[in-house]
Amino acid sequence: MGRYVVQRLGQMVPVVIGTTFLIYALVWSLPGDPFAAKCGDRPCPQNYIDRMTAEYNLDDPLPLAYLQYMGNLLTGDFGQTFSGASIADELLQRYPTTLQLTVLAILVEVVIGVAAGVLAGTRRGGFLDNLVLVSTLVVVSIPVFVLGLLAQITFGVRLGWFPVTSDGTLFSLVLPAIVLGSLSLAFVARLVRANLVENLRTDYVRTAIAKGLTRQRVIGVHTLRNSLIPVVTFVGADFGGLLGGAVVVEGIFNIPGVGNMIFRGINAHEGATVTAAVTVLVLVFLIVNLLVDLLYAVIDPRIRHA
Amino acid sequence: MTNPSMPIGAPLPDPAAGGGLDQPAVTESAAEVHVATKLEETAGPGDTEVLRVEDLTVSFPTDDGLVRAVRGVSYAVHEREVLGIVGESGSGKSVSSMAVMGLLPKSARIAGKILYRGDDLLKKSPKQQRALRGRKIAMIFQDPMTALNPVYSIGDQLAEAVLSHEIMPRKKALARAEEMLALVGIPQPKRRLDNYPHEFSGGMRQRAMIAMAVINNPDVIIADEPTTALDVTVQAQILETLVQVKDEVNAAIVLITHDLGVVAGMAHRVLVMYAGKPVEVAETDRVFYHPRMPYTAGLLGSIPSLEGSGSGSRLRPIVGTPPSLINLPKGCPFSPRCPLATDICHESEPPLAATDELGHVAACHHWDKLAEVDDPTVYFRTESEAV
Ligand SMILES: Nc1ncnc2c1ncn2[C@@H]1O[C@H](COP(=O)(O)OP(=O)(O)OP(=O)(O)O)[C@@H](O)[C@H]1O
Ligand code: SF4
Ligand SMILES: [Mg+2]
Repeated sequence: MGRYVVQRLGQMVPVVIGTTFLIYALVWSLPGDPFAAKCGDRPCPQNYIDRMTAEYNLDDPLPLAYLQYMGNLLTGDFGQTFSGASIADELLQRYPTTLQLTVLAILVEVVIGVAAGVLAGTRRGGFLDNLVLVSTLVVVSIPVFVLGLLAQITFGVRLGWFPVTSDGTLFSLVLPAIVLGSLSLAFVARLVRANLVENLRTDYVRTAIAKGLTRQRVIGVHTLRNSLIPVVTFVGADFGGLLGGAVVVEGIFNIPGVGNMIFRGINAHEGATVTAAVTVLVLVFLIVNLLVDLLYAVIDPRIRHA
Repeated sequence: MTNPSMPIGAPLPDPAAGGGLDQPAVTESAAEVHVATKLEETAGPGDTEVLRVEDLTVSFPTDDGLVRAVRGVSYAVHEREVLGIVGESGSGKSVSSMAVMGLLPKSARIAGKILYRGDDLLKKSPKQQRALRGRKIAMIFQDPMTALNPVYSIGDQLAEAVLSHEIMPRKKALARAEEMLALVGIPQPKRRLDNYPHEFSGGMRQRAMIAMAVINNPDVIIADEPTTALDVTVQAQILETLVQVKDEVNAAIVLITHDLGVVAGMAHRVLVMYAGKPVEVAETDRVFYHPRMPYTAGLLGSIPSLEGSGSGSRLRPIVGTPPSLINLPKGCPFSPRCPLATDICHESEPPLAATDELGHVAACHHWDKLAEVDDPTVYFRTESEAV
């Protein structure tokens, strides 16, 4: 297991360098004037250009400039926005909110998705099974922003069960998290159902029944764990998708998260903000993927020994 | 050494020659897995009947019609007895044993009686059935590569078999598992407990399955083609292990195979199945030397001979295919493939009836024709080979 962790960490290094370099290069070194359209609708003032050129070492060759930027990031220097505010401060303020939203969404997706999948898979062809199949199909076919607006109007405005927009409390993130996680929830439910149905047909399940185990134990111990392996893979890969979806959902519910920040950064042509926020986003994504891979190895011994 | 009535091609060595099982000819033949064990040296069957199946029928409703997979199977096994069930693919061997284990899908329609020590399992509640499953009646499956759960250790899976029937500390269950692994001949059993199935070879996995089957001291072990998926070289060892552990726990074995050769050295009695029905039941020797059902004779003619030379070593499978279980032909189900078939065979299905020896039953209108010849497989020879 220890060797596996080291191996995976080693694999991460080139990925981190590759992706962050790409982001940096895209923002600052595309052919042409790096300051075209980076200061809103007006041309950039010379003192800003000077400041940025110094800060981002734009006079140096690209790889060198990139290395210096990464060095700055490592020491906690994330640069400043156009108006001179510290980007690091803003990130620190916004990341917890986005992470809360995303983790809540994952909880929603895993807990409800797995439960629905198990209910459907163990009662194949029954009412619950059909209910899950139909409702997940509905969710899958509605775009997130439509779902978000519908949920906001129905549960926020009409029924008043949830705050309409974010008020900074964890509770106000629940409805957005459900919206954000709903699409993946539907996938998870279908994935669990399909895998469960398939696993129930395997020889080792037959062995488990032949041992005289109870039905609960056969399903809970001998099929669920195997059925969860693809779910873990899915959720890991889906994390990036959720962060992307967070941009939309944060917009609908006016949540002060990173998604909102990137969205506004792009609109306002704030290159420094976008670079920093997305770079951190990539790092978070990669770390989560590493954790998922490790979890995967914990569940499936065959990976551990490979 | 040849018994006058011994059919050419039959793999069973002459019992008169001191059991015959130590003869080098047996072990030298590469393709020979048949007579591996010294069944005669193990304890013989006792008087206590542990499992009796009476007129068992199983059918499956499907889109194409009712599949009549098992059409009236009856047998009984006593403690330490090995009953071989032989038949071609699709003859209902697995379905009838799954019925005993309660492993058939819900769609299966089951009728008849399955008596464990006199109690009808089919009349028991699911809970009562579960209490017997894996404890009194255990099963070993064909493919050890898939029969074990890949995500749990061997030790956990063995211990689970104990813990599902007995409340005891996990440690004690694991100790029992270790003991069983040692019993089935797995070296370093303590270390092996922590292994996962993918770290075991096929033969070792099947040993682990045998260990799992005997861990609760069952009365009956149903082994459904336990060696079919294995390397030829380990098949004999696995069969040997199986017979050894049977005596250890005083269990009866129902050994299912499509290979008559496997039951030769293994079974006390043989039940031959065809199209969902037993067509011949007799002591193993009788089945090999004096088959009274053409289908059995055909099976005998299709196994490689021990002599290993000449026409005897050539495989002569029975021509034709088994009948559809949805639309069974009128009369004897074997009649379309039977060289002895006459008009009556196409008209009425023969019942299982007594033949020329006590306890030897066969379902054939013309069993006496087989009694007339020395080598009943002669009917299945191709023209050029016929004597
Ligand atoms: N669930 C099912 N639904 C429909 N038909 C089935 C079902 N299970 C088994 N059968 C049919 O029952 C028949 C007997 O099958 P069974 O598995 O008992 O054969 P077998 O003698 O064990 O053969 P093999 O040597 O291939 O294992 C086959 O024709 C099979 O197609
Ligand atoms: S009854 Fe007739 S067809 Fe059937 S096995 Fe006997 S001889 Fe052949
Ligand atoms: Mg079978």
